[in-house]
Amino acid sequence: MVMLDVLIIGGGVVGCTTARMLAGYQLKTALLEKASDICEGQSKANTAIVHGGYDAKPGTMKAKYNVMGNGMFQKMCSELDVPLKWNTSLVVAFSEDGIPKLEELKHQGERNGVPNLSVIGREELRKREPNISPAACAALLVETGGIVCPYELTVANAENAAENGVRFYRNAPVTGIQKGEDCWIVQSGAGTFSAKAVVNCAGLYSDEINNMVSEDKIRILPRRGEYYILDKKYADVFHASVFQLPTKMGKGILVTPTVDGTILIGPTAEDLDVRDDTRTTSEGLAKAIRFGSLTWEHIPMRDVITTFSGIRAHCDRDDFVLGEAPDAPMFFNAAGVESPGLTSSPAIGRYLAELIAEKLHAKGNPNYNPIRKGIPKFREMTNEERARAIASNPDYAKVVCRCETVTEAEIREAIRRPVGARTVDGIKRRTRAGMGRCQAGFCTPRTVEILSEELHISPLEVTKFGGNSKLLSGNLFEKGDGAE
Amino acid sequence: MRTVDILIVGGGPAGLAAAVSAYESGCRSILILEREEALGGILKQCIHNGFGLHTFHEELTGPEYAQKYIDKVVEYQIPYQCCTMVLDITEERVVTAVSNVNGLQQFQAKSVILAMGCRERPRGALAIPGWRCSGIYTAGTAQKFVNLEGIMPGKKVMILGSGDIGLIMARRMTFMGAKVLACVELLPYSSGLKRNIVQCLDDYGIPLLLNHTVVDISGRERLEGVTVAEVDPETKQPIPGTETYYECDTLLLSVGLIPENELSKLAGVKISSATGGAEVDENLETSVPGIFSCGNVLHVHDLVDFVSQEAEKAGKKAFQFVQGQLAENGARIPVTGGFGVAGAVPQVLHAGSGGSPVTLMFRPKGVYRNAKISVSAEGTELYSRKYRILTPGEMVSLELGPDLLSRAAGAKELTVKVEA
Amino acid sequence: MRKEITCIGCPMGCRMTAEVEDGKILSVEGYSCNVGKKYAQEELTVPKRMVTSLVHVRGSSRPLPVRTSAPIEKSKIFDCLREIRACEITPPVKIGDVIISRVCGTQADIVATREVF
Repeated sequence: MVMLDVLIIGGGVVGCTTARMLAGYQLKTALLEKASDICEGQSKANTAIVHGGYDAKPGTMKAKYNVMGNGMFQKMCSELDVPLKWNTSLVVAFSEDGIPKLEELKHQGERNGVPNLSVIGREELRKREPNISPAACAALLVETGGIVCPYELTVANAENAAENGVRFYRNAPVTGIQKGEDCWIVQSGAGTFSAKAVVNCAGLYSDEINNMVSEDKIRILPRRGEYYILDKKYADVFHASVFQLPTKMGKGILVTPTVDGTILIGPTAEDLDVRDDTRTTSEGLAKAIRFGSLTWEHIPMRDVITTFSGIRAHCDRDDFVLGEAPDAPMFFNAAGVESPGLTSSPAIGRYLAELIAEKLHAKGNPNYNPIRKGIPKFREMTNEERARAIASNPDYAKVVCRCETVTEAEIREAIRRPVGARTVDGIKRRTRAGMGRCQAGFCTPRTVEILSEELHISPLEVTKFGGNSKLLSGNLFEKGDGAE
Repeated sequence: MRTVDILIVGGGPAGLAAAVSAYESGCRSILILEREEALGGILKQCIHNGFGLHTFHEELTGPEYAQKYIDKVVEYQIPYQCCTMVLDITEERVVTAVSNVNGLQQFQAKSVILAMGCRERPRGALAIPGWRCSGIYTAGTAQKFVNLEGIMPGKKVMILGSGDIGLIMARRMTFMGAKVLACVELLPYSSGLKRNIVQCLDDYGIPLLLNHTVVDISGRERLEGVTVAEVDPETKQPIPGTETYYECDTLLLSVGLIPENELSKLAGVKISSATGGAEVDENLETSVPGIFSCGNVLHVHDLVDFVSQEAEKAGKKAFQFVQGQLAENGARIPVTGGFGVAGAVPQVLHAGSGGSPVTLMFRPKGVYRNAKISVSAEGTELYSRKYRILTPGEMVSLELGPDLLSRAAGAKELTVKVEA
Repeated sequence: MRKEITCIGCPMGCRMTAEVEDGKILSVEGYSCNVGKKYAQEELTVPKRMVTSLVHVRGSSRPLPVRTSAPIEKSKIFDCLREIRACEITPPVKIGDVIISRVCGTQADIVATREVF
C-alpha cells in the first residue's frame, strides 16, 4: 500500500492544476487517472476559451471561480510556457430586440466582477470582425476573453507537478474508497493507496466518487457537445471568440479561432443517458453548422479537418461542488466542474490546495519550482533557432508531421518527459503531430515506429488511446529469424 | 546562400521527370529536395502493376517505374537530397529546407519546380458520425503499412470510396489474408479505373455498393463495425431504413486526393479553387514568375504516365526561363471550364504562344455518354471532339494546335465545355 | 453456359454475355468494339493476371516487392501468393532478379521490383 498525504482522483485540467498547486507544499501527493493518459475526458474536448465570466449567475461558484481563474491565467501560462491569447470574446445579437439582453448580460458580468465590458454597435462590430454575417447587429465585448490550448495546459500542469514530486498513475480507475484510521483507503487499477486527504476531480464520474463516501449525493447529467475544426487557412477570419446571444432556440453556437490557428465551431448541447458516449451524430453536426452559419454565413465545409464531441459534467445542482464533503472529513470535491471549468481550474486548484494544506498543517515546499518549459516547437522557431536546435539534436531536422511541422525530436521528448506520452493520441496532444489537415495520414506510420522504439514495445502493441485501441493487427511475416 | 538554376521540390514521379528533362534540355545546375528517405514518392508503395504503358510500352510496378527515372538521375549525376523538408519558398525563390545531414539550408533558385504531390482526404473531412476509434485509415496510409513495413492494419476490412487506391487496397488486403467486405461509393459511379474495378473487386467477389455511404462508426476503442446506408442519388442524403451493419475492424478511406500546396501559398502562388493546384499558363508557370508546377500538386492525375509528361514540360520550360528564353507572348487569355468541366489546366494561355501545341487537361464532372467536348472563343467554336464516354475517373487531354491558337489570338476568353 | 464479363478496355466498361460450352466460346454479345471482343475471348478461355506481392527479407522488417514476370492463370493466384509468402530472400537483390522460377508450375517467374542492399 502506498502511503500518501493527498490523493487526487482524476487527471483532467482540474486534477492537474490541483496537483501543481499541492506541489507547492511539503505534502506527499499522487494523482490517479483511469484512462491511459491524462487529459482524456472533458479537458480534451471543449471550447478552449478562457471565459470572461459574464455568463454565470451572480453568487454561484461558477461566477466566483471563473472570474478568479481568469485573473490567474496570465501568470500560470507564462510560468508553464503555455500559449495564451487574449483575443476578446463577443456575444452577438442578431436582431435589435437582443440589444437589451446584451445590456443585461453586461450588468450580470459587472456583478460578477468582470472588468471592461461594453456593448458595441453594428459598425464597431464589423470593424472588429469584417467576416461576421450581415445579420449581426450588436455585441457584448468582453475584453478579458481569451483562448488557450486545453491539452497543453493540462499536460503542462501535470509535468510541472511531477517535476515537483507529485506521482502520476495512469490506467488507474478507482474501484473503492473506505475510511481508514485518520486516512482514506483507495483501491485502484494501480494498487491500494492510503491518503490523509482525497480530492475528487473525477469530472464526468465525480458523482460516483463522491457518492462512494458521502451521503450528500450528487448526480452528473452528462451533456454532449459536438464540434467542427476548420483548416488553419482561416486563422484570420475571426479574431474574437464569437458567441451568440442565447435565445429560445438555444444557447447558440460559438465560432472561434483556436490558439493553434484553426477555427472551432460548436458545441451543441444534448443530454445523454450514457456518460461516455463521445460519438458524433449526423443531427448534432448538422445543427452546429446550421447555427454556426448565423455567425459565419458561408462556412467552408470542404476545409473541415475534423469533428469531435465532448461531454460536459453537468451537475444536478447546477453549479460546481467545491470543498470538503459535509459528512466526509478530509474528502474534498471539485465535482460537477463543467464550463467554465477550464477557466476556473487554477482558482479551484489553488483553493483546494490551500484548504488541504491548512488542514494538514503543511508547510510551503521551499524547493518548489513553478517554471516549466514546453517542448521547443520547431514550427515556431526562427531559422537561426532552428539551425541551433538541429546542431544540438539532429532529430530536429526530421519533420514527421508535415501539416503541423512537428519533428522527431519533439515527439521523442513528448514520450520521455515526466507523465510522458504513451499513445498516438498522447503524442498528438503534446506536440500537435497528426492534428493538422491530413489528420495523421502521413505521420501515423512513423509515430507508431517512434513509440515502439521509445517504449520498447512491438508496433502491434501501440494504441491510439490505450485499452484495445490498437492500430495494427499483425506482421505479414513471422519473425524470429534475426529480423529486427 | 547556395544558388541553383532549377530547384525541384519533391522527388516523386513529377520531380524526377522534371529533373531528367531539365538536364536533357541542357541545364547543369539542378537540385531535387525530397522529404522522404528515398526518391520515388508515392510510387515506392505502389507495388502493383499497371504503370508505364504509355511511357515505356510495358507494364511496370510503381517501384520499377520510379527506378527508370532514378537511374537517369543517377546517370546524369543530378544532385538530390533526401530526408530534406522544404519549410519555405519566397516569391524571390529563396528556398529554406532542413535535413538531418545538412541542417538548415537556404538556396537562391533561378527557377523552382513545385512537385510535392497530393494528400488523401481524411475521415475528419467527411464528418462521418460515430466513435473516434482506431482502425480507420486512408487507403494510402494502410498501403504504406502493408507494402513498405510489412504490417497489416486489420483483418476484416470495409472500404469507403472507390478511388483507385481504395480498389488497389481491396485487392492487396485480400492477397495478404484479410477479408474485404465491400467497397462503398457515394456516387452512382466509381471514380476508379474500370480495370481496377474488375481486377481488384470483381475478381475476388468484393461487392461495389454504389449510391451508398457509411453513416455510423461503431467501436469505442478499436473499430467494431460500420453502418452503411443507401443514399438518394440527387441529394446524397442517406435513405432511412436502408441501413445495414457490417462487422469489421478496419475502415479504409479512398475519398479523394488534395494537391499539397501549402508551400506554394507561402510563395504567393495563386491557387485555383477548381483544382486545388496552382493556376498556371501553357508553360506550367504559376502566377509567380519562375515558379512552375507539375504533377499531382498541380492537379490530381489519373495515370502516372501523364504526370511524367507534364513534368517533362515543366523541366524544359523552367530551363527556358533560366536562360531568359521564356518570353510571354501576347495577351493573356483565361481558360474557363464550362458545363461538365472540373478544373481545366492551364488556366491561362498566351495569345502568341507560338509554334508549339498546348495541352489542355481536365476531369469531366460526371459520366457523359456520346458527348462532345468543345473549345470556343466568345461563342465561336474553335475545336471539338466526340467521345463515346467521359468519366470523372479518366482525365481528358486535348492537344490544341498552333492554328487553333492563332485563331484564338484576339479572344478575351476560351471556354472548354462538355455537350452531352 | 452463360457467362457475364465486364470489358476493361476503356471506361465504357461494356457488359458482355457469352455462351460457353466445354471451354469453347459459342457466342459473345454486348461488346462495342474489337478490344472488347478480344478481351472476352481471352477472359473466357484462360483468364490471366499479373500478380504482385511481398517477400520476406532476412534481417529486415521491410519486405521486398515482387511480381510475376508474365500474367499467370487467374485460378493460380492464391497458390502463387502462398508460394511467394513462404519464400525468403537474403540481400542484395536487384530489380528483375528471379526470386522464384516457374512459380506454381507456370511459365512465369517471380521477380524483384525493387533493389535491396
